[in-house]
Amino acid sequence: MSIESHDIAHDDHHDHKPSGFLDRWLYTTNHKDIGTLYLVFSLLMFFIGGSMAMVIRAELFMPGLQLVEPEFFNQMTTMHALIMVFGAVMPAWVGFANWMIPMMIGAPDMALPRMNNWSFWILPFAFTMLLSTLFMDSGGPAAGWTLYPPLSLQGGQSFAFVVFAVHMMGISSIMGSINVIATILNMRAPGMTLLKMPLFVWTWLITAFLLIAVMPVLAGAVTMLLTDHFFGTSFFNAAGGGDPVMFQHIFWFFGHPEVYIMILPAFGVVSEIIPTFSRKPLFGYTAMVYATASIAFLSFIVWAHHMFTVGMPLTGELFFMYATMLIAVPTGVKVFNWVSTMWQGSMTFETPMLFAIGFVVLFTIGGLSGLMLAMAAADLQYHDTYFVVAHFHYVLVPGSVFALMAGAYYWLPKWTGHMYSEKWGKIHFWVSAISVNILFFPQHYLGLAGMPRRIPDYSTQFADFNMISSIGGFIFGASQLIFVGVIVHCVYKSRQVATGRVWEGAKGLEWTLSSPPPYHSFNTPPVIDSTTIAHVEEAH
Amino acid sequence: MKKQNTFIVAAAVTAAVIAAFWLLLAAPAYTGNAINMTQGVTSQSVLSYQLHMIILWICVVIGIIVFSAMFYSIVMHRKSKGHEAAQFTHSTKAEIVWTIIPIIILIVMAVPATTALVNMEVAPETEMTIKITGFQWRWKYQYVEDEIEFISSLDTGSNFARRLASGTDPSSVENYLLNVDKPLVLPANTKIKFLITADDVIHSWWVPALGWKRDAIPGFINEAWTEVMEPGTYRGQCAELCGKDHGFMPIVLNVLPKAEYQAWVNQQRQGMAHEQAEIERLWARDELMDLGQEVYAAQCATCHQADGQGLAPAFPALAGSPVANGPVDENIAVILHGREGTAMQAWGRMLSDSDIAAALTYTRNAFGNETGDVVQPQTIARIKNG
Repeated sequence: MSIESHDIAHDDHHDHKPSGFLDRWLYTTNHKDIGTLYLVFSLLMFFIGGSMAMVIRAELFMPGLQLVEPEFFNQMTTMHALIMVFGAVMPAWVGFANWMIPMMIGAPDMALPRMNNWSFWILPFAFTMLLSTLFMDSGGPAAGWTLYPPLSLQGGQSFAFVVFAVHMMGISSIMGSINVIATILNMRAPGMTLLKMPLFVWTWLITAFLLIAVMPVLAGAVTMLLTDHFFGTSFFNAAGGGDPVMFQHIFWFFGHPEVYIMILPAFGVVSEIIPTFSRKPLFGYTAMVYATASIAFLSFIVWAHHMFTVGMPLTGELFFMYATMLIAVPTGVKVFNWVSTMWQGSMTFETPMLFAIGFVVLFTIGGLSGLMLAMAAADLQYHDTYFVVAHFHYVLVPGSVFALMAGAYYWLPKWTGHMYSEKWGKIHFWVSAISVNILFFPQHYLGLAGMPRRIPDYSTQFADFNMISSIGGFIFGASQLIFVGVIVHCVYKSRQVATGRVWEGAKGLEWTLSSPPPYHSFNTPPVIDSTTIAHVEEAH
Repeated sequence: MKKQNTFIVAAAVTAAVIAAFWLLLAAPAYTGNAINMTQGVTSQSVLSYQLHMIILWICVVIGIIVFSAMFYSIVMHRKSKGHEAAQFTHSTKAEIVWTIIPIIILIVMAVPATTALVNMEVAPETEMTIKITGFQWRWKYQYVEDEIEFISSLDTGSNFARRLASGTDPSSVENYLLNVDKPLVLPANTKIKFLITADDVIHSWWVPALGWKRDAIPGFINEAWTEVMEPGTYRGQCAELCGKDHGFMPIVLNVLPKAEYQAWVNQQRQGMAHEQAEIERLWARDELMDLGQEVYAAQCATCHQADGQGLAPAFPALAGSPVANGPVDENIAVILHGREGTAMQAWGRMLSDSDIAAALTYTRNAFGNETGDVVQPQTIARIKNG
């Protein structure tokens, strides 16, 4: 058994990877292996969720129903969102956390390695169960990822599988978050004070607290749906004295922090990449930390801006409008700081930097349309239209997903020890950046012109922009195959050996290790030296 | 150098694409497809539109400033141009400035945003009331004072063309998916209160020209109001996902000058008197079958399908069904009261007694069902009234 080898004192220059496939991957407690598992899993989910998006865009290519029945269309929109949110973006960020946090803070591994293994390995079961509902008699969930009752309660027996799958994802996220917090608070190398931590570590620390706070709320909400559906309770059934709007309040109390859970680690990654390729320290490090914390705090008091049309009292609408507008302030601080980091730098534009710049530009567009949506009086028109679809896809796709890709390109040489193909990386970026705008920008017009979201067919006045959007969607979808090609080439074929530092301007503990890093790194805490880390505490 | 040129060209193309999109948005008229929010025909829609345009332009200006600074830096401060990196790390002054300025912009924005919201939501004294009930997947309108009520469903032209691979080109259907059999008729220049609710799941009643949407929630009655300034036809759709035919429950408003509206009301009331007489007379089987076929196509075929074969598993077949071929009283009970826990609705509240009788006669004698039953409207009326 390879277990024994873990107990032996290590020489950092030798790997002690378990030899058998199961030993290596199923039983692993190694943060790097678990990080890889998370990343491969999320890439798979990204393609499954993406293929559902292709079905959606293909049906919306022209007016009239050509490919699927409306019921199946609704299953596609619902599943696409559930898979992308819980299966692609969130696990991808946990994958990054696993790989990078220990290496960034000088720790040998995550604080709770066995729990780490468990929190990954329940995910494939959760998503197999979720996806299996598509093949059941009563079909997959079709009420939207928001699962609003009473509609979600009209689903058949398969709904129980959906609820159980959500519970499992929640358990996985909570365990992952406990691990992140325990690791960051207890396992930093001596001298790595909180305000010296890389911003990615900071954003993940805050994200982990958000997750622990809101995943149980989601679990409670879906459990009440479960008992309403199968055990005759009336939490959300007005006829039984319940309140269907209460579900929306509970869901969005989870849901709004959830969207920041998907974007805060993206802020962190971009805050690592821009300084590296600007060859200049991150501007306003402390302000960035406070801005992240402020966004996290505000995320708890803005939830009802998703519900301006349910018939809230005027004072409630005003409160949620003002609170939502406030989010623009710390978010603006972040954008200004990134621009100031680039300012007077000595920039080069390798693929990670391209994706990071793409992120800043396109995320800002999504942020600005978010500010428009905050205006309650205008939101009575925007709400539930394609304008909203355009908005949240701008912050999630060229937002979170571009940051994930930036991070993947940035650390891929570190993880594999090989350089990826810069040429194909750049092609991937440009095709993605252009097509993602062709895909989502026209959706602003569709929404303003009056096209509701979540409809399988539309009036002919919406035909042109839907066709443009679909074409952009097909190109964007296909261009992600380039990403897979680049990764496979980098892992298996690339002959170009990566140095330890990889990038000329890279700073931080992870770059002091070899590429690829030893299987067990930092068994002896590194000495923190202001020349090797990116952020030196500011003197006040 | 070559690399750098490629980069600049590619960046310029992207910037041009994004800029073109934003400019299009600002262009007031663009032939063919609308690209901006409608100004609408109510004081509320004008407020929405004005607020939308103010915040849009603020966002465009902020975007231009931020992106200009960024792209200036990207072009000028690059290593390939030999630019040396400065090493400054922070400026408390700058952080304060770019915290305070956005706060000031937001406070300035909050003024029109608040005014608009208050003006939209606080209803004045209204002159008439309409109750709107959302059903899967049609709207029911009740004129509270005039005691008129009817169901408004997707028109048959759209309903036929929208079927999967129907072979009908949607562009050949006038107002495809935005047309109904019976529009909601309203008087112009009249303050109208809406009471909005739903019977099954949450819907949302939205006509963009009125400037707002309001959720229709079972167990809740939401209030909204309007005063349409110009007579005309205005179209909208359900805006909250409400099941498989969410995309197929449009809303059409026919706003008439007051005098014409009054004439319409009188005509409706005569029609109701006529309908009462129709219920009381005995109908011939052929009459019932003809009307039944129409009612079936408009109301029932969505789920049970035109050929009566249903759509497994949610929507059972009527052809050979034990209900459609069983005792007629049980069949009537299912139609009137619906089936708890399924998509089968209680049609007693939605259709006239003649329509229900005709649909029953039709389904019990079509698709190979051969009960030979003739269900008279007066039978339905008698059962309904206990």
